[in-house]
Amino acid sequence: MKTCLVVDDSSVVRKIARRILEGLEFEVTEAEDGSKALEVCQRKLPDAVLLDWNMPVMDGFEFMGHMRRLPGGDQPKVVFCTTENNVAHIAQALSGGANEYIMKPFDKDIIADKFAEVGLIPVGQTMV
Amino acid sequence: MTPTEYEYLRKFLRDHSGLDLSADKQYLIESRLLPLARKAGLSGIGELVQKLHGGPSALVTSVVEAMTTNETFFFRDKVPFDHFRDTIMPEVIKARAGRRSVRIWCAAGSTGQEPYSLAMCLKEMGAALTGWRIEIIATDLSQEVLEKAKAGIYSQFEVQRGLPIQMLMKYFKQTGETWQINPELRAMIQHRQLNLLHDFAQLGTFDVIFCRNVLIYFDQDTKINIFNRLARQIEPDGFLVLGAAETVVGLTDTFRPIADRRGLYKPNDPRAAAARPALAGAPPRLAVLAGG
Repeated sequence: MKTCLVVDDSSVVRKIARRILEGLEFEVTEAEDGSKALEVCQRKLPDAVLLDWNMPVMDGFEFMGHMRRLPGGDQPKVVFCTTENNVAHIAQALSGGANEYIMKPFDKDIIADKFAEVGLIPVGQTMV
Repeated sequence: MTPTEYEYLRKFLRDHSGLDLSADKQYLIESRLLPLARKAGLSGIGELVQKLHGGPSALVTSVVEAMTTNETFFFRDKVPFDHFRDTIMPEVIKARAGRRSVRIWCAAGSTGQEPYSLAMCLKEMGAALTGWRIEIIATDLSQEVLEKAKAGIYSQFEVQRGLPIQMLMKYFKQTGETWQINPELRAMIQHRQLNLLHDFAQLGTFDVIFCRNVLIYFDQDTKINIFNRLARQIEPDGFLVLGAAETVVGLTDTFRPIADRRGLYKPNDPRAAAARPALAGAPPRLAVLAGG
């Protein structure tokens, strides 16, 4: 089973994301900010990170920089999931090592599409 | 909705658009036509049917459009676009190296995601197509849908379905909450209104025809008729691309499936097809060739 770390300071968003990702057969762990997410990654890197941008303590972009520098930190697929929906932010995320980018609000179809795009799930996997 | 009203709408749609609803699509009619009825100031489906009974009105077009518009997104099903890039275009580039032009028809272009996906594929091929004349003709039954396709403006939700983020960054311009596809890609596509039930010979012949997820709505005879007419608009070495749930097998021998390329078809040589005895269940092409 593939693992996904959901990083978001909103417990509601984490809960929705968890339900969708479990439906896609991921084992889900959660973190409420970048710093806590980094602790999780230092113990064990996930296969995927669904990552909010604006969070207290450490934001998503800074977290990604730290994670990418961990041994093996280039492996996890990072999919941003944020209300920052402008070209400048998207470009910054991609050049900083993000694999995909979701602009909130999201739904299960968008998550499935984006995860398929980066090879985390087979193309055309539909949810019931 | 009463059974009589449902039957009336079924027949109405079959006559006006070829749409062939099975006996159990009440929910589809209600979900699409109830909002339309309300918008027109009518009490419900019953009153809408009465209006349609009354003869020609603007409602006829609205009803047909509401029922035939389908969900669509960029690079829908993905595989056909991989085939387009890895199988179709390499062969076309080789075969048309002399005249350096390619004509593509999206026969159910809808709101533009499919033709624009093809345009992006072609752009990504870069140097291989430098100096080529590329024509993409996108047709759809609905004028409203065509206007949207022409504008190439999509909501944030729409650009996140099937479109890789790098493609969004490369080929779209953000304006507020919407994204518009670049003028250069828009210029690659001609949008035309067309009902597949009507004659389309005037479109000319094509190297590639995408006709996905539209024939599923037609009855058997209409499908056969459309396939036979499509065969006349396709180059002998051209490609037909159908949707995942569609096939020519058992319907016509004007096209044959390509092995290991799901959804891809080639036209059969019409003379060979005519010479072949019309067997039920369409014999495999290889067997015919082996038999001489």
